[in-house]
Amino acid sequence: METILTVNHLTKKFGYLTAVKDLSFNIEKGNVYGILGPNGSGKSTTLGIVLNVVNKTAGDFSWFGGTISTHVALKKVGAIIERPNFYPYMTAIQNLKLVCKIKEVPEDKIEEKLEMVGLLDRKNSKFRTYSLGMKQRLAIASALLNDPEILILDEPTNGLDPQGIHQIREIIKKIAAQGTTILLASHLLDEVEKVCSHVVILRKGEKLYSGPVDEMLTSYGFFELRATDEPALMTFLGNHASFGSIKHENGLITAILKEEMDASSLNNDLFKNGITLSHLVKRKASLEEQFLSLTNHNK
Amino acid sequence: MLRLLQIEFIKLWNNNASRVLIISYFVLILCMALIAAIKFDIGPIQFNVADQGIFNFPYIWHLNTWIASGLKLFFAIIIVSMMANEYSNKTLKQNLIDGLSKKEFIASKFLTVFAFSVISTIFVFLVSLVLGLFYSDFTELSIIFSELGYLLAYFIKLVGFFSFCLFLGILVKRSAFALGFLIIWFAIENLGIRFLVWWLAGKEASVTVMKYLPLESMGNLIKEPISRFKAVQSMVEQVGEEFNKDYAVHFSEILIVGCWTAIFIYLSYALLKKRDL
Repeated sequence: METILTVNHLTKKFGYLTAVKDLSFNIEKGNVYGILGPNGSGKSTTLGIVLNVVNKTAGDFSWFGGTISTHVALKKVGAIIERPNFYPYMTAIQNLKLVCKIKEVPEDKIEEKLEMVGLLDRKNSKFRTYSLGMKQRLAIASALLNDPEILILDEPTNGLDPQGIHQIREIIKKIAAQGTTILLASHLLDEVEKVCSHVVILRKGEKLYSGPVDEMLTSYGFFELRATDEPALMTFLGNHASFGSIKHENGLITAILKEEMDASSLNNDLFKNGITLSHLVKRKASLEEQFLSLTNHNK
Repeated sequence: MLRLLQIEFIKLWNNNASRVLIISYFVLILCMALIAAIKFDIGPIQFNVADQGIFNFPYIWHLNTWIASGLKLFFAIIIVSMMANEYSNKTLKQNLIDGLSKKEFIASKFLTVFAFSVISTIFVFLVSLVLGLFYSDFTELSIIFSELGYLLAYFIKLVGFFSFCLFLGILVKRSAFALGFLIIWFAIENLGIRFLVWWLAGKEASVTVMKYLPLESMGNLIKEPISRFKAVQSMVEQVGEEFNKDYAVHFSEILIVGCWTAIFIYLSYALLKKRDL
């Protein structure tokens, strides 16, 4: 598989503070990546470094196999960092023309991209007259002007209202559906869960995990059970080798699996032991639960 | 190179404030021609400035470049704000993310400054040429095209001064503070360093040191032309003073300003390279 970005033992120090500590990961073509982490975990700093605006302290990174210099590589990248930055006194069209000049791409895609983000009717308005949602959408249009190999989005829905968030997500899904590689930094987990296939999880500048979303925890999921004969069920589960911890809350029993087991075989076993269930659900941990357990466990 | 100039042109020309300032800069240079219209009409004494020989070749090159260089502050405002705005709008960051290298960024600013200085010099040349052709007592080609060194000096002076402004814009990041710093620096050179050296090492050392300071060396490129004007000279001679001043443009002075230009551009680049945005 073609590697788009390789990050090797990257470290960034701001004085005594280490914002990124010995970080390594790869971005492969065609996947949708999420960089997850609480605020201040070094997500933006990492992106800043690979985007040529923050100087690294140690380590290295290379774009597209390292054959071209960073600023040339960035012409094949579309990126939005935190807030949309444009010249406030220029119109959308003028701003995008400038970006075309910088990226050295023809200007004929401007209208198409503005159409895509739904700003075509406001193309001749000055940037400063835009709402935050519109600014963010213009930033996406700008990042797409060169039909980038990879789209980097840093907290793209930060500060937007629900409608704006929805619009941005729809656009991201549309782009992902076209097969563009996406790197999405966010602390909003449902956002990442909905679109990402791979994640890199950071905490205090250190990598906790990187890889496919489904392999994030060696977790086999858990059962949610309800039965009339609760004590019998509890005893059965307690004696069963496949279960780890068992919780009993509000009449709902949660049993966490230590090994693979499907719901029908559990149901079968219980029935043989004379326990009838009124409720049986097998669930995988959500990204949020996995994320919280990862970031908490490593404290 | 053309691309870098175009990038900067889009940024500047679409900004109303800088467009107005650029246009008024050139209009003001054009207004130098209005000096010709100054007439004193006091009863029997009629005095027309244009008839007093101030537009004579080659003196006009000296006079006009000196007057025009006074207008450079106009463009200094544009440069400082175009640099500081890149910081406050965070567009510098966006430019870099979009694929402009830091070197290209500085190059695009410097090329703009350079191009502007070229245009400005050509403009002053044309205005002075036309004025001279109208009013000069001498119109032989050899006289018209003598002492053109003042135009070169004017050009070098603009490039040097604007590079200084560029550097200040990057250093301070705020246009108002950068312009304030420019004024403070002027005071440091003229009051601080001049008298400090004078006090420490005497007058001669002070004069020598001053020659090498950035703003002073730029100022030295074109010396004030008023005292060179014949009417003024004869007036002063009547009082009994004598004139013995060197008005020429010296290569060493051009070299000093050239060095400062290189230093400022390099420092701007180094500063940008070192900073995290």
